[in-house]
Amino acid sequence: MSEVKFSKEHEWIKLEGDVATIGITKHATEMLGDIVFAELPEKGSNVEKDGTAGVVESTKAASDVYTPVSGEVVDTNQAIVDDPAKINQDPEGSAWFFKLKMKDMSEMNSLMNKDEYDKFAKESGS
Amino acid sequence: MEIKETSLINLHKSHGAKLVEFAGYSMPIQYQDGILNEHKFTRANCGVFDVSHMGQLFINGGDDLTKDLEKIFPIDLQSLKKNQSKYSFLMNDNGGIYDDLIITKINKGYLIILNAACKNNDFKIIKEKLNGKYQLELRENLSLIALQGPGAKNVLEKVISEIDDLRFMHGGDFKFNNLDIYITRSGYTGEDGFEISIPNEIAEKFTKALLDNGSKLIGLGARDTLRLEAGLCLYGNDINIETTPIEANLKWAISKKRIDDKYPGSEIIKKQIQSGVKKLRVGIKPDTKVIARANTKIFSENNKEIGKVTSGTFGPSVDHPISMGYVENDYSSLNTKIFLEIRGKKVSANICKLPFYQKNYVKEI
Repeated sequence: MSEVKFSKEHEWIKLEGDVATIGITKHATEMLGDIVFAELPEKGSNVEKDGTAGVVESTKAASDVYTPVSGEVVDTNQAIVDDPAKINQDPEGSAWFFKLKMKDMSEMNSLMNKDEYDKFAKESGS
Repeated sequence: MEIKETSLINLHKSHGAKLVEFAGYSMPIQYQDGILNEHKFTRANCGVFDVSHMGQLFINGGDDLTKDLEKIFPIDLQSLKKNQSKYSFLMNDNGGIYDDLIITKINKGYLIILNAACKNNDFKIIKEKLNGKYQLELRENLSLIALQGPGAKNVLEKVISEIDDLRFMHGGDFKFNNLDIYITRSGYTGEDGFEISIPNEIAEKFTKALLDNGSKLIGLGARDTLRLEAGLCLYGNDINIETTPIEANLKWAISKKRIDDKYPGSEIIKKQIQSGVKKLRVGIKPDTKVIARANTKIFSENNKEIGKVTSGTFGPSVDHPISMGYVENDYSSLNTKIFLEIRGKKVSANICKLPFYQKNYVKEI
């Protein structure tokens, strides 16, 4: 069974073996509004926990995308770069951002489960 | 300071508006459909915008007032016909822009529409310059509703009869609910449309009638993408106290007949018209889908910093990122290759023609 966790920066992370699929939450897309641009990390690059690993821009503003765990980028979702509107349509499904081969599995422990995240999102706002 | 609300606040809330503070007012940035859909709906059909936060300054007076206002504004008011509107500026002695505005000659004198964030300062400056000779009133009891898009005329005709002979940048007196309203054919989207000055007590009823006849409420978010596609300046971003109308590429708004006259900034304006400017406002289109927002630095092909972006977004109708900004005059000609520094990377772009989106004003009837 795969495990889905959430970060305070509104990313979701789904672990299958040691490969983590990462995207932004529905709550994040609702706060951002219509997304019109997405930039992803380069395949083969290494990203560090809590570092920037991409950008999304809505009609209103640009926002960094952070990675909640460290690892090597093994795949990126070109479909959301070609059609950023997909991120608003299916943020927690087909519109994933990138996949990482994780370096330190214990980094998953500090992340929130769905109930904790829902509560956090509700409290953090608008 | 207390945040003000317009007379349409309940309508905004009932339509699911996301409210933000703008120039001291609680204003809708978007409704449930979102900025992209609202933008496209306005271009295809007809959008309703609450712009009641803007200033509606009425100045009563006759021929003396016309002469006195010409000492303040760089336009030919003597040739302005009754119910005709012109775009102009309130400037300081250096030609820096305090505000851009629309001035309309009406029965009792003039109506000047001012930007929300500037209106109180404008009022003070204009009042001082007119030296107590005239009655000035910044009317808080009036709302301002903009109806914009190719369907605007059809929608408005269902609510107000006989708007047929209203041409672009002209206005007229009409009635709604037996009360006087004033309508001009103008706007800030690049589309045909109207701006309606209406007493607060009937503004909601009037707006509901517009909505019942095929229009939709549109927020300030789409208002910004629409105006940027139309190449129109946003005060505070694209023009401000540090820019002159000539630098802003708005020379067309300075009446030729007034170039030798005296008004605040007249010497500098004349000099810039005759000998050119160091920086110029231009349209900018990045080669890729990346968006260059305000304050993005602009570089030449030789890596020389030549200016900065003042507005930038994704243009939903041109389906591409668009920006405006100022560059050194030598780099302002069409198709000049430039580079934008975005998140540490230099991204290639071109100087391009304004507007990005062809305007659809109704100039002839």
